[in-house]
Amino acid sequence: MEKVIDIRHLNKSFGNHEVLRDVNFSVAKGEVVCLIGSSGSGKSTLLRCINLLETPTGGEIIYNGENILDKNHDIRKHRTHLGMVFQSFNLFNNHNVLKNCVVGQQKVLKRSKQEAESNALKYLEIVGMDKYVSAKPSQLSGGQKQRVAIARALAMDPDVMLFDEPTSALDPEMVGEVLKVMRRLAEEGNTMLIVTHEMEFAKEVADRIVFMDKGVIVEEGPPSQVLVNPQHDRTKEFLKRTLK
Amino acid sequence: MSLESILSILEQNWPSYLKGAYITLLIAIFSTIIGALIGLFIGVMHTIPLREKSFKSFLLKIVNFILSVYVEIFRGTPMIVQAMVVFYGIAAYGFVMDRFVAAVLVVSLNTGAYMAEYVRGGIVSIEKGQYEAAEAIGMSHFQTMIHVILPQVIRNILPATGNQLIMNIKDSAVLSVISVTELFFVTQTIASINYKTAETYLIACVMYLIMTFTASQLLRLFEKKLDGPKDYNFQPEKSA
Ligand SMILES: Nc1ncnc2c1ncn2[C@@H]1O[C@H](COP(=O)(O)OP(=O)(O)OP(=O)(O)O)[C@@H](O)[C@H]1O
Ligand SMILES: [Mg+2]
Repeated sequence: MEKVIDIRHLNKSFGNHEVLRDVNFSVAKGEVVCLIGSSGSGKSTLLRCINLLETPTGGEIIYNGENILDKNHDIRKHRTHLGMVFQSFNLFNNHNVLKNCVVGQQKVLKRSKQEAESNALKYLEIVGMDKYVSAKPSQLSGGQKQRVAIARALAMDPDVMLFDEPTSALDPEMVGEVLKVMRRLAEEGNTMLIVTHEMEFAKEVADRIVFMDKGVIVEEGPPSQVLVNPQHDRTKEFLKRTLK
Repeated sequence: MSLESILSILEQNWPSYLKGAYITLLIAIFSTIIGALIGLFIGVMHTIPLREKSFKSFLLKIVNFILSVYVEIFRGTPMIVQAMVVFYGIAAYGFVMDRFVAAVLVVSLNTGAYMAEYVRGGIVSIEKGQYEAAEAIGMSHFQTMIHVILPQVIRNILPATGNQLIMNIKDSAVLSVISVTELFFVTQTIASINYKTAETYLIACVMYLIMTFTASQLLRLFEKKLDGPKDYNFQPEKSA
């Protein structure tokens, strides 16, 4: 299968704190990968290294055949290929829903206003937020904000969607609406890398589960293997704690 | 002091009073706008992320040092002294500045020094997530500033800017030392002719109050307008 992201021997330290150690893993086109592991294991850091919100301290990240850690690599262009969804939504507070999904297309991708708006509306409809185009972020619920954030990322037409615990900051009754949108995106064949604590969801949508602990990848494989029949003690222990 | 004498002072001098108030307002408004722009510029310069050891970041450090010196000097000295130094200092080099221009310059530089701190604080207090979200869709630092951060900062420092305008309306009185014909200078002149000091200044007092009160009310209205409507329009189902 064609690898979109290929990570080789990735290291990341904050000062003398080694957060990622010799991480090797890849994501293929159309694949849905769920990244699980306990708090502090380095999941967010790994995700943030992929779009260079963090700068790795060693190793390689090959994106569509190019090493993005190369000095001459265009970081901003690289970021437009990846859609990022944050735990805390991070909608632009000064813009309404529509403008949130339009401003990047216009300023970064240099699309015309009309093109950007019709594209934004297309994705706002997919996430069920097209009726709220003129609302400000402060007027939305958490679940609604996150759905807009997903539309904002999709509107850039990225190759890969990165999700960092998209439902962790939500009240329980709003988790479902966001997972529903993500399920749909998975079914439509989008390439997705998802950090999540929602094991049921992961089992259902993931082609592959990656379990991380203390900065290393301990185990990976299809959900039927990693979640149902884990091989490593650390995985077993983690699952016992989270699924109990 | 009698109402009668106040009315007679007004009757004889109202055009002068109005002209003085007009000059005071012009100085205050121009200086607040220019000062806010200076403050924005300095705040932005002070928050540009530095890449280690490049020539650009070295230059930026020098510029920022100079800007900090400016801020400290203007915050740490009385405006009345600054006015004397700027006006007579420049005059000593044989260049006589228009008094009004000198006044706007001094008040602007003063305002800029104060606003720089508000702006820097405003930029720093925007949550990290706003920057990250903008960066994650590929915006440059400059684009992030223009389209995401500064609009929020400007909204947040609007009350401080309003305060500064009100201060400038009042504090421009010290510019009488360089003989700018603003309200205080005009009042001094009138009083020196009619010797009715209390009445003459009481009129000025009321005029200052009217200006500052109106300014604060207008600013409040402006803030409300900026915040937009409390409700948003729910888009109805499109009828196909
Ligand atoms: N900017 C930073 N500076 C210093 N240390 C950091 C920074 N960001 C993360 N860390 C450290 O790196 C480790 C991994 O953090 P990371 O956020 O990647 O974990 P995580 O697996 O996403 O955890 P969680 O499930 O709680 O989100 C933690 O020990 C954290 O303290
Ligand atoms: Mg995390």
